[in-house]
Amino acid sequence: MSAIWVYAPVISEGPHAAALELLTKARTLGDQVAAVALGPGASAAAEELGSHGASTVYAGDDAVYVEHPGRPAADALATLVDRHHPALILFPTTYDARDVAGRLQARTGSTLMSNATDLPARDRARTEIFGGAKVVDVELGGPEPRLVLVRPHSFPAEPAGGSAEVVPIDVDLADDRRGARIVERHEEAAAGPKLEEAPVVIAGGRGLGGPEAFGILDDLASAIGGAAVGASRAAVDAGWVPYSFQIGQTGKTVKPEVYLAVGISGALQHVVGMKGARRIVAINKDAEAPILKMADLGVVGDLFQIVPQLAEEIRRRRSAG
Amino acid sequence: MDVVVFTKFVPDPQGTPTLGPDHLLVRGADGALDPGDEYGLELALQLVEAEGGHVTAVSMGPEEALAGLQRALAMGADDGVLITDASLRGADALGTARVLAAALAGRTWDLAIAGVESTDGYTGTVPATIAELVDAAGISAVRRLERAEAGIRVERQVEAGFDVLECPLPAVITVTAGANEPRYPSLKGIMQAKQKPLERLGIEDLGLSADDVAPTQAVVEVTDAPSTAGGEVIVAGDDAVARIADLLAEAKVI
Ligand SMILES: Cc1cc2nc3c(=O)[nH]c(=O)nc-3n(C[C@H](O)[C@H](O)[C@H](O)COP(=O)(O)OP(=O)(O)OC[C@H]3O[C@@H](n4cnc5c(N)ncnc54)[C@H](O)[C@@H]3O)c2cc1C
Ligand SMILES: Nc1ncnc2c1ncn2[C@@H]1O[C@H](COP(=O)(O)O)[C@@H](O)[C@H]1O
Repeated sequence: MSAIWVYAPVISEGPHAAALELLTKARTLGDQVAAVALGPGASAAAEELGSHGASTVYAGDDAVYVEHPGRPAADALATLVDRHHPALILFPTTYDARDVAGRLQARTGSTLMSNATDLPARDRARTEIFGGAKVVDVELGGPEPRLVLVRPHSFPAEPAGGSAEVVPIDVDLADDRRGARIVERHEEAAAGPKLEEAPVVIAGGRGLGGPEAFGILDDLASAIGGAAVGASRAAVDAGWVPYSFQIGQTGKTVKPEVYLAVGISGALQHVVGMKGARRIVAINKDAEAPILKMADLGVVGDLFQIVPQLAEEIRRRRSAG
Repeated sequence: MDVVVFTKFVPDPQGTPTLGPDHLLVRGADGALDPGDEYGLELALQLVEAEGGHVTAVSMGPEEALAGLQRALAMGADDGVLITDASLRGADALGTARVLAAALAGRTWDLAIAGVESTDGYTGTVPATIAELVDAAGISAVRRLERAEAGIRVERQVEAGFDVLECPLPAVITVTAGANEPRYPSLKGIMQAKQKPLERLGIEDLGLSADDVAPTQAVVEVTDAPSTAGGEVIVAGDDAVARIADLLAEAKVI
């Protein structure tokens, strides 16, 4: 049986976390699993990729992969595919990986499935639609390799203790085919824990009415301690908080112990990013808001009263020990 | 600058989506121009207003999709192209990209603009596939664009914040929601739209055959997700705050 590959973008912290999740899944689908690691540090990432299930790591350490998003990576993959003929390539869902997969599809003429949440078999991918209300199984046909973009946190990342053979990639891409070039990077770092890792996520929506109200969410987060603040797309599009706050289909997927939705209606595209939370609390003044129906505890009321009172109550309990 | 904007006609974005017996999304007449494509259209209109040129809206879809193109024309696009063909029903991302790329290949263009992802299909990959098929550069998730010596200079939304990129033309870009405030069609715009050229093409006009657009994936099963036992809804009052705090304590996060 031909191999299953995982596309592993390499960032400054190492291989993208979702690539480790995909390797963990890939090794249940076949015994020939390889990773294609692209970006400075790719060879060094091979150890972690190997321990998560890759027996081969095709490593491209060239900075071209991070300086020029999309095109060089797709080119490298297309060359590797020509040489080694994998059956299936799994991609983590990021903007960059979507571009890489999309471009690769043009080269291979093979099928490409987005938003997968599971792979029941090598030629079958599962996705959830309508905010998770329906589960859809899709048969992947056409020529190999089949390409599947998988949503983050669809699988746990578990090391299996193996190690990988590193195969350096020698793809030479002409200057005029490198495409767009990054000339500046701007970080809009949020204070506090990372959204994807925080045990408590407090998300604010259009109901907050403006950027100032995010201050009361920050205050609640500090009362709780270890809570991260996120947002719906409506709040991001309005410019109240940066895109890095966005939770949902086009934003982050979070699975905290507790998710607190504040002034968020619960649109399908928001729900896909947070329905995996262990407990959901919603505060909304509209008793008909869909988010209340999916919450473990829904409170119908005004967030501007409830949130500050909640912060106060938590501090009171703390000091009472 | 000649700009092509890909605009999709989608089922009513405010409505509740449903699947037909063939597992395809039910597409009624009450659809609309994808709101996610209006940001790109607005960006194109502003660009051409500033420096001259031409905006063409291109849509692949059923006959009803004309209504979406009419809106694009009413907003200010100069002309529209509808690609409609019986063989396109149920087309997947590859088929769609081949059709839209072929529509590009047959004209002169500097910039092609799409949405980051469509409201109904949300694969988010069609624009990159188009770019590669026409051998062009591309940038996704653009939130600001200006002309530069190299071609264009853009701000791209990324996980950590934003990047600034320079890109040669021709290029295929996607524009994020929130990039701008799309205009409403004016009454004058709506009247003028009726006079604007609207071309209709089948796939053979684009040099494609039914094989080129045959889907490579098929839905084999649709099931209802196990319904999560709904929780409790209470009205804010004396103990609502205490109840939330209790839940946090139970979850051992406070
Ligand atoms: C292709 C696509 C992708 C998308 N991706 C995402 C995504 O990644 N993430 C995302 O979030 N959305 C996404 N959306 C948008 C989504 O459809 C919704 O438009 C968005 O989630 C709505 O945000 P909201 O709930 O904050 O705003 P609204 O729907 O306007 O809800 C605001 C809520 O606040 C409540 N409220 C108002 N005032 C108060 C008050 N004082 N106290 C308490 N409650 C109050 C209201 O009752 C209402 O329920 C996407 C849409 C599309 C088409
Ligand atoms: N049938 C179509 N007609 C016109 N444009 C489309 C079509 N399908 C996709 N697009 C464009 O590609 C973008 C991304 O779509 P998708 O890959 O389906 O998420 C959309 O926002 C549109 O700009």
